[in-house]
Amino acid sequence: MERLLTVIKKEFLHIFRDPRTLALIILLPAVLLVLLGYGVSGESKDIEIAIADLSKTDESRHYIQQYVAGSDFSYAYDAMSEDELLDLINEDKTKAGILIPEDFGRSIATNKPVQVQLYINGSVEPSTAQTVQLKLNAISQSAAQNVLIDVLTVKTGGMDISMPIDTRIKLLYNPNGDGKLYMIPGLIPIILQVQTLLLSALAIVKEREQGTMEQLVVTPIRSWELMLGKIIPYLIVTLFNTLALIWLGGLIFGVGVVGSYWQLVGLSMIFSLGSLGMGVLISNLSESQMQAMYLAVFIVLIPAIILSGLMLPRDGMPAFTYWFGEFMPVTHFLEITRGIMLKGVNAAILWDSIWPMIILSIVYFAASVFTFKKKL
Amino acid sequence: MNQYENAVETKGITKKFGNFTAVDAVDFYIEKGEIFGLLGPNGAGKTTLMRMLCAIMQPSSGSANVMGWDIHKNPENIKRNIGYMSQRFALYNDLTAKENINFYADIYKVPVEKRKKRIEKLIRIAGLTGFEKVQAKNLSGAWRQRLALACAIAHHPPMLFLDEATAGVDPVSRREFWDLIYQMADEGVSVLATTHYMDEAEYCNKVGLILDGKLISIASPDTLKDGLEGNLAAIECDNPIEAEDILDRFEGVLDASIHGVLVHALLKAKNMKENVLKALSSAGIQVKRFEFIQPSLEDVFINTVEKQRKLTHKVFTKGVD
Repeated sequence: MERLLTVIKKEFLHIFRDPRTLALIILLPAVLLVLLGYGVSGESKDIEIAIADLSKTDESRHYIQQYVAGSDFSYAYDAMSEDELLDLINEDKTKAGILIPEDFGRSIATNKPVQVQLYINGSVEPSTAQTVQLKLNAISQSAAQNVLIDVLTVKTGGMDISMPIDTRIKLLYNPNGDGKLYMIPGLIPIILQVQTLLLSALAIVKEREQGTMEQLVVTPIRSWELMLGKIIPYLIVTLFNTLALIWLGGLIFGVGVVGSYWQLVGLSMIFSLGSLGMGVLISNLSESQMQAMYLAVFIVLIPAIILSGLMLPRDGMPAFTYWFGEFMPVTHFLEITRGIMLKGVNAAILWDSIWPMIILSIVYFAASVFTFKKKL
Repeated sequence: MNQYENAVETKGITKKFGNFTAVDAVDFYIEKGEIFGLLGPNGAGKTTLMRMLCAIMQPSSGSANVMGWDIHKNPENIKRNIGYMSQRFALYNDLTAKENINFYADIYKVPVEKRKKRIEKLIRIAGLTGFEKVQAKNLSGAWRQRLALACAIAHHPPMLFLDEATAGVDPVSRREFWDLIYQMADEGVSVLATTHYMDEAEYCNKVGLILDGKLISIASPDTLKDGLEGNLAAIECDNPIEAEDILDRFEGVLDASIHGVLVHALLKAKNMKENVLKALSSAGIQVKRFEFIQPSLEDVFINTVEKQRKLTHKVFTKGVD
C-alpha cells in the first residue's frame, strides 16, 4: 500500500514537473470537443436546391413554395432548363434539383396527372443524400396531397375536405433534430478514449526506454502496485477532463445532462479505468514508444471512431466488425452517455450497456497487471 | 534474515538466447563481505550472469542461491535484500536528488523511524549535501553515479550488484566511488561488480575472468598475477609496432602486446633477454630500456584472453580439417 502511494506520488511529480505536457493533457481534449462539436454537428438545414420551373404559373409557384417554406431547403438556383439544372448538380453547386415541366400548370388546372422530376446528387456523402431524398419525398407527397385537396375542394363547391388519416411525428429526446444533441454525448467518450489510451500507453514503455524499469524490477515492488500506481494519477487527470467536457458541452453547445450527472461521472470513471488498463496492456506488449503508438492508434483509436457507433449505425455492420466493437468499452460507454445525457434514463435502463463495460474494464485492467512481468 | 554462508553460490547456471549461449554452466561462490570482480570483454556474459543472480532473468538451466535464497523459488526475498546499480544510472531525471532517494526508500519500505537518518546519511555518503533539490538531469556524470548508488542502497542491502557502475566516470570520481564500496564491504556488505577497468579489479578480493560465457579462472588479483606463466619484460624502443610483431613470432616469447609506448613481452625464461635484444637490433630497432616488471592485472587479462582465443581457434581449425 505504501508502495502504491509512492508510485502515485512519483507519477504526479512527473506530471507537474512538465508544465507543457500538463497543459496539453488538460487543454487538448477540451479544444477537440469544441472543434469537433462544431464540425460534425453540421445539420442538414437550408440545403440549397436548384429549381427549373418551366411552367411559370401560379400552380407551379404554389407548388415550389411548399418546398422552400420550411427550414429544410432554400431556393438557391433558378434554372432555365433541365440541362442547366443537371449542370448545377454536376458542378456540385447543389445537392438536389426539381424539374417542373412546362405543362404543369395546365395539367393541374385540367386535372390531368403530371410528372415532376426530382434530382438528387448521389455523389455527396450517403447520409446527406439520403436525408435530402427523404425530405424531398415527404414534401412532394404532402404537396401532391394539398393539390388534391384543393382540387376536391373546388369540385365539391367549397366543402371542407381533409385527409382521412393525419399522421404526426414527434421526435423524442431531440425534438428539433439538433445534430449537436446527438454528437456531443458521442464525442465525449471518443475524446476520453483517446486521452486515456495515449496517457497510459506511453507510461510503462517510457520507463523501459529510460532504463528505470530495469531498476524497478530489481526492487520488491509488486506488479499491481506499479500498474495501479501508474493508472490512478491518470484516472484523476481523466476525471478532470470528464468534468471539463461535460461542462463545455453545456456551456458552448447547450447540451446539458438530462439524466443523473453523478451516474454519468461515475460510469465514465469506470470506463476510464478500463481504458487506461488497455493502454498499460499495450505498453506492456510494446518494446518502444513507437510500437505503443502504433498499437494504440491502429488497433484501438481508429476502430473506436469508426466502429463504436459514433457516426455509423452498428446494426448494419458485418459480424466481425460488430463484435470487434462489442469488445471495446467505448462502444458501450457511448450508449451510456447518450442515454444519460440525451434521454435522461437511469442506470437500470442502461444496464445492458453498463455490465459489458464494467466487465471489459475489469478484464483490461487485470490483463495489464498479468502481462507485466517483473523480468527483463 | 536468512542464515547463509556464502552470499552467492551458483551451480551450472546457464543462459541461452536461441543458439547463442551467453552464460555457460558457471559455478562459483562469493563469500559474505567479499568484493568479487567479474572481468571480461564485452559480450562475455557478465551482465546476463548478474541479471540472473538479481532474479530478473530466468536461467535456461542450473541454479543459484543468493544469500541463501533460491533464485527460482524466492526471487522476491532476494530483491528485498539486494541493491542493484547499472551503468545506465537509472534515475528519474525530472525528480530531484532527494525525491529519487525518497522514492526508492519508499519502494524498499525503509522503516519510518529510521528513514530520516538513513536518507540524511545517504545524501552525505553520495556527497549530495546542498544538491538535494537539484533535478537529476542537471547533475553531472559522477554525481548521477553517486545518486544512483544512494538509491540502490537506500534500504541498506547486505548484498550489492554493480554492473559496470563506473562506466563513463572520471578516474578521481571512480576512486571515490570505490572508497564507498570498500566502506560498505567493511560493514559486511557482499559485492559483485563487473568492470572493464583493470585498476578497479585490483580493488576486489577475488576476480573471476569470464570469456564467451565461461568462467575461466577465479583468484585474488595477486594470485592471478603470480600465476602468470613466464617473465614479463617491458621494452621501450623507437618502433613498438614492429617490435611487437617480431616478438610475437619469436621462439620462447609467450605473448607480446603494446602498452602505450612500451611493448610487454612474456618470456619463457629470463635468460632469453640477450637473444631478444639481438633480434630486435638486427631488425634495426633501437631498444632504449629493457626491464623485467611485475605483471599487472591487465597483462594477465590480455594473456588469458589471447590464450583462450587461440585454444578455441585450434578447436575450430580441427573441426574444419
